[in-house]
Parts: sequence; C-alpha cells; structure tokens
Amino acid sequence: MAEKILLRLTVNGEPRAVEVFPMARLVDVLREDLKLTGTKEGCGEGECGACTIRMDGRIVNSCLIPAIQAQGSVLLTVEGLATGEEPHALQSAFHHHNGAQCGFCTPGMLIAAEDLLRRCPNPDEAQIREGLSGNLCRCTGYVKIVDAVKAVAEGRPA
Amino acid sequence: MIGNSAIRKEGRAKVLGRSRYTDDKTFRCVLHGATVRSDVPHGILKAIRFGEGIPWKEFTIVTAQDIPGENIVAAIVPDQPFLVPVGGEIHHAEEPVLLLAHPDKYLLEKARRAISLDVEELPATLDVASSDRVFKEINILHGDVDSIWAQAAHVVEADYRTEAQEHLYIEPNGMLAIVAHGDHQDQVTVCGSLQCPYYVHKALVHLFNLPGDKVRIIQMDTGGAFGGKEDYPSLIAGHAALLAWKAGKPVKLIYDREEDMAATTKRHPSRTHVKAAFDANGLLLGLDVDFTLDAGAYATLSSVVLSRGAIHAGGVYRCPNTRIHARAMATNTPPSGAFRGFGAPQSLFALERHMDVCAAKLGLDPAELRRRNFLKLGDTTATGQLLKEDVDLAGLMDRTLADIGYTEKRKLFAAANETDTPIKRGVGFSVFMHGCGFTGSGESYLASVAGVEGLADGRVAVLAASTEIGQGKDTVFSQIAAQALKIPMDMVEVAQPDTKVVPDSGPTVASRSTMVVGHLVEDAAYAFKQALIQQGFLTEPYAPEVFREAVKRSHARLGSMKCYAQYHNPPHIVWDDKTYQGDAYPTFSWACYAAEVAVDTVTYEVKVEDFVANQEVGRVINPVLAAGQIEGGVAQGIGWALWENVEWKHGRMANNQMTNYIIPTSMDLPRIRVGFLENPHPAGPSGAKGLGELPMDGPAPATLNALQNALGPLRLDEVPMTPERLMDRMEVARG
Ligand code: FES
Ligand code: FES
Repeated sequence: MAEKILLRLTVNGEPRAVEVFPMARLVDVLREDLKLTGTKEGCGEGECGACTIRMDGRIVNSCLIPAIQAQGSVLLTVEGLATGEEPHALQSAFHHHNGAQCGFCTPGMLIAAEDLLRRCPNPDEAQIREGLSGNLCRCTGYVKIVDAVKAVAEGRPA
Repeated sequence: MIGNSAIRKEGRAKVLGRSRYTDDKTFRCVLHGATVRSDVPHGILKAIRFGEGIPWKEFTIVTAQDIPGENIVAAIVPDQPFLVPVGGEIHHAEEPVLLLAHPDKYLLEKARRAISLDVEELPATLDVASSDRVFKEINILHGDVDSIWAQAAHVVEADYRTEAQEHLYIEPNGMLAIVAHGDHQDQVTVCGSLQCPYYVHKALVHLFNLPGDKVRIIQMDTGGAFGGKEDYPSLIAGHAALLAWKAGKPVKLIYDREEDMAATTKRHPSRTHVKAAFDANGLLLGLDVDFTLDAGAYATLSSVVLSRGAIHAGGVYRCPNTRIHARAMATNTPPSGAFRGFGAPQSLFALERHMDVCAAKLGLDPAELRRRNFLKLGDTTATGQLLKEDVDLAGLMDRTLADIGYTEKRKLFAAANETDTPIKRGVGFSVFMHGCGFTGSGESYLASVAGVEGLADGRVAVLAASTEIGQGKDTVFSQIAAQALKIPMDMVEVAQPDTKVVPDSGPTVASRSTMVVGHLVEDAAYAFKQALIQQGFLTEPYAPEVFREAVKRSHARLGSMKCYAQYHNPPHIVWDDKTYQGDAYPTFSWACYAAEVAVDTVTYEVKVEDFVANQEVGRVINPVLAAGQIEGGVAQGIGWALWENVEWKHGRMANNQMTNYIIPTSMDLPRIRVGFLENPHPAGPSGAKGLGELPMDGPAPATLNALQNALGPLRLDEVPMTPERLMDRMEVARG
C-alpha cells in the first residue's frame, strides 16, 4: 500500500491536517480521522447522497472522492452549518416542518438544499425537487423536506 | 397537547448532525467484523478453506463450533442457525458460515474473499410454485362459499402477484458489541440499529446461555427500519457479540449496502387467486381467496405475516360467504421478513385490483360497486368480528374522489385518451383497512409493560422499549405523558431503549406503539400521579412547577419512584387461534387513496401526477408527524407499485445496489395530499389508533387501478409494474 500523505484541508472554516492514505475515501477521513460523524454513508457508490458535502463551492459525494483529490480544499459539512448553538435557517426549518424523520439522509439533504438556495434563491416546487433529486430519503416521501426548503426561500424558516 | 403538532423531540440533534447512529460510536481498539456467506442456495457444508497470503493469525475467527450456547436464533419457530456448522445444511445463498474480525477494514475484506467453502450442492427450490414445504397454513371460513357459485349472476376470478421489496432504510444494518469476561459469567453488551431490543436480548441470552441480566441491548439512533430491523438484527448482534467475546475487544459489524440488500429480509412475494360472486345488483355473495407467500428458507416471522395477510384478504366488504386459504411456503431464498404492512399490502393489492376488474365486468363504476358492498356498523368481517364502530367508508371514499376530481378527470381523460397522444392519463383508487396492534391473541400473550419514573430534577422519564425509528415515538410518548400529568412536554424525558433500564413493551411493529404502548404510558403516568398524591407529595389541582417540586421531594425522600402499567386484554375481545374466528384486532384504521397517472405509451414510463391519501385513524395525536408517516408510506407504496424490482439469480438478489434497485427520488413523486377524518377510539390513548403501516396498503392498487383507467382492459396483475412488464402486457393486448 502507498505511504500516507499529509492532507491539509479547511473544514467548516478551520484549518486541519491529517495523515491518511492517498486513496482513503473522503467520507472516512471526515468520519474517522476528523471525527465529524455528521456526514453519513448510505451506499458508498455515489447513489444515495447521504455523504454529500460541499467542496470548494460545489457539492460532491464524499464517498467517491479519494483523499488526495481533496488536498488543499475547503469543505463544508453539516456540522459547519450552524453558527455556534444557533442553527442555520435550513436546520430550523427541517426541524419545525418535520423534514427529518429518521434523520439519516438529513445531513446530506441539508448541504444539498443549502447549495440549491445559493444557486437558485427563489426556487419553485419543481426546482426544489430537481435540486434535491440526488439525495434519497426513504422516510418522508419528500413533502416536508420540500416544504422546509420552500419556507427558507420565502424567508420564514420556523 | 394531544392533537397539536409538537415539534419532533430529537429533531434538533438530527438537523445539527449530532445524533449518534451505530457507526458513529467507536473505540480506539475496535475491531471490524465481516461475515462469510454460503454462496449456493442449497447444499451440505463439507469444509472451510483458508486461502494463501493472508496473515490468518492476526484474525479473530468464529465458526459454529465456538458458540457457547445454542446455535439457533430464538424466534417463533427456532429453525435458523447463527452459523451453519461444517456438516450442516445450507438453506439459502446468503447463509452465514464464518465470522472474521481485524482492526484493518481493507485487509479484512481481502481475507473474506480468500475463504472458500466446499459445498455438496443439493437441488434448490427457488420458485414458490414448486415448493411443497409449508411453514404455516391458515383457513378462514365464513358461510358456505361453494353453495354460491351456481346461483350468482356474475362470477369473476383472476390471479395476482406481488414481488419482493427491499426496505432500503438509508442507514444500513450495524452493531457494536462489547463482552466483558467475568470470573463466573460474561457480560454481553450490544448497541445497534434495531427495532426490537427485547427480540435481540432473547436471541443473545440463548446464544451465550447467560441469564437475562448478563445481556444488555441498547438501541442507538436508527436510520430507518420499516420492519427491516425487526428480526434480522438478532443475527447481526449475535455475530458481533461472538466476535467480541472471542477477541476480547469491542467489535463493530456494519453491513455495506450490497451486503445489506442481498442478505437481510425483504417483503414476502405473494401469489393470490381471487374468485368473487355477485348477484344481479352487484352485491357480493361469495369470496374465495387463495393466498400464498414465499417465506424463503426459514420460518422467521412468516406465520404472523401470513396471518395479517389472510385476515385483510377480504378487505372492507360485507360478504356472507368467504373462504380464505393462506399458506407460507419454504424456498431456498434468503428468508422474507417484516416490512411495513406485514402481509396486508399483498392481499389487499389482489382484492382492490380485483374489485376494479369486477366493476368492469359488471358494467359499474368502481366507486359504485364498492359503495354497494362496504362494511358498516353492526356487520361482521370474514373472521366473524362484529364491527362496533361507526365506520363511514362511503363518506371517506366520496371525499377522496372529490379531492382528486375523480368524476371530471375520468371524463376528461377518456376524451383525451381517444386522441393519438402517446401520453394516456387515468385516475384510480383503493379502499382498505389496517388492523391496529397485534393479530388475535398476540397482545395478551405479550403482556407488554411501560413505565414512568420520577427524576431528581423534578422531571419524569417514560420507560418503554419502543424504539424511535423516525416515526416520532419520542415526541408522541412525551405528548401523552405530559397530557396525563398536566405538565409541559419539556418536563418529560423519553429513556433510550436499553434493556437494563426499560421494561419489555413488546416490539416496535404492527402500528402498536401509539395505540398499545402509548396507552400503557398514559396509564403509568396516571398511576405515577396517583402515587404522588397518595404519598402526600402532591394535591390536585396543581401547576407544573408544583408538580416539579413534588417529584423532586419524592425523589429526595424515597429515591427514584417508578410506576408501571401492563397490558391486559379487554374482556370484550375474543379470539380463537384454531378456527381463526373472533376479534382479529381491537380496532381498524380505514382509508381511501386515489392516484392520477400519466403513461407514456412509447417508453412505458409511468408518472404519478397526483395522489390523495385520506384516512380515519381515530384521534390524531400529532398531525404533522402523522402526515409525515403517511407521506413516507405512500412513497414506499408507489415505489413498490412501479419501480422497486428485486431481480433474482440462482437464489440471490442480483441488483443489490442502489444504482439498479430504484426507489423514488423527489422528482419521481407528486406532492402527496394527506387528510385525516377523526373518530376517536377507546382502545388508544385519547382515542388514537395505529397508522404506521396503513399507508403501505393502498398505493399499489390505487396506482394500478389508475393505469387500468388510462389504458383500458389490460392484464395489470402484478407489482411492481415496471416499464418492462407494462410493455409485455401491452404487447399481449395489442396481439
Ligand atoms: S454514501 Fe455516498 S452517495 Fe451514498
Ligand atoms: S429521514 Fe430517514 S431517510 Fe430521510
């Protein structure tokens, strides 16, 4: 196996450095090396979106990214959405609208929703559904998730 | 409190990414576990071979020989081993044979692949139709159906089938086990993703041959279950614990998606023959249903799934002569298991499709045929259960049809479908019920317990083994206890299900948590208040702060005070397991669902464009959480109806990846429109009934009935009705 590399990242605004194998999956680096277990793994093959994070301004499935590809990048995970104890508007809206049932898709869904609202601040229902279609949820039937995103877009998260 | 949409109690932790699921918990010295499986569907295990190039000495290796207690999973029928021993019989291709543990996940996977098995293959039964081994057979007889055929104006019969469905909870199964070796006895602790802590507890007590207090099972936050974490977790917990016991270190056994899909249980495939007789006025005279479930290799929960399927096979119709013959058959496929609806979606699919087929034969609108035959107050069901509640099925149906615009749309679509547009539209519906709680004598046999405990800080804790699996149990139990104690919800904690702390409230299944266990929580809360009053700590009326002080004082004086309530069968509920006659359920939830579909007759793709789900579930304790349950269930039902197809290859799931087993995305579904009609029922707390499984029953027949409306006479007899199957049916119809 290859030698470990020193991986330098900015995660949720903080500089981090860890020694990892170059082909380690970014999801494992986050969860195991950086102890950021908010990001989830549901499939490991880029299908479910549970491992969605933002990397250098774009959302990616962290289960598909080898560590070496993330060298020097800026990452946002679910833990970085809140400001201290103050939840992000999307987090409040998911909470108040019952957008999280079992909660396992939620971290990835929140990152995808945040990205959607950045790209498209006033989405209609079809745009929300399209924007979240890379994130599978088995519990909600998506209605309450769509409602939560809509509420934030309309400026009334709770 | 009750009836308002209190916000999900554990929701904040979930949105902040702070919930702790099984794989989020770890120890520095943890080993990772892996399972070696059989590979062939039927045979005798002759030998296990360890390949070259692996440092086997570094591995913890467990085979059947190592098992300290019984090598059998304690269940309704004890027939499934934890590990097949050398010399033993392999019954399906995913059967566990050997366990491995190592600190390095990558080396572990390499080692797993380096093990090969010598198996003497035996002929396998892979098709339920060729099985002759019966796990369970049920006959329900009401009147004399054979006397009816000759005198009936119409007799309509047809065959229906439903295929396996994968639960696809987004969190795969996983367990973390720790075994402390004691001087006399070991202490086994397992934390995991599971629905029923006491099922796992029982399985491990037998596996290790330990007293109950030496086995502790803790439910971690669980990322969805839907029945899929009801019985299989007993195996995974047993495997993790065996490895931890042998290694002397904590072991994590987390399935990846492919293993989870291939090896764990699925919805039972079904085959149903329905024969119905009507008089000249469209009144149902006789119903003969033959219902077969493919149970897979072991009995697991199949007898109870079959029972629910059989009881629901007669649907919501009055019928003087009914015969339901049901069997669960063995095949050499991985065992089928519990999945939301538990047999009822299968038999109700057949019946509710058949009602539309009959309506067409009789020249009646499907709504009219149903209206003439609905059960009413004072009628009896196929099991002879007298309906004591004033159910208004016609009202429920009329409201649903109005909501979806049934009459106008049928006219509109009929005209549009006449043109040469490739997109054909249709609207269809289903009417159905779901029995709440366990079938028949199940609840009195379980005799569940729940409790309320006073805490040092003046709050109370609800003690119950019911698990939060996304449905909102923590919130609903808090609401129920808070209402009974006249305190705000934030003064109620809900204890984490941990067999060391909570009593056995029975499994979290069968739409029973709110209605049955919730009722026990309510009773325990009243008992707790009564105890505070009797001991002189509290007098009524009181303000919440006074209550808090009273609990604090009682705690300081007497230590933690706990009050429990136990389930007792109400005397008016009578059930005979031998004849299958009596009160099958304390009560039913009732529903009518309607779907509007658009079919592309070039690509055979079906889109559900509108969906209305109206139900009567007694008093709704938390409307927002309840709607969330219905929406999620409908999504699973639509997925089962159209896309979710398990492909089998020599007894194994061939498409065990999310890439090729397709569940609905946000783009595949319409906004599901949910409505509740309230009719409080005394069986539940403040009149609540069960609702978790109900939404799985209706979408498949409603969707296929809508397809029928869009496409005209066509053999729409199977779910999932994938584009391939639809193409096949349409080509046959075109000749
Ligand atoms: S875990 Fe990465 S997409 Fe599913
Ligand atoms: S809330 Fe359970 S998967 Fe989305």
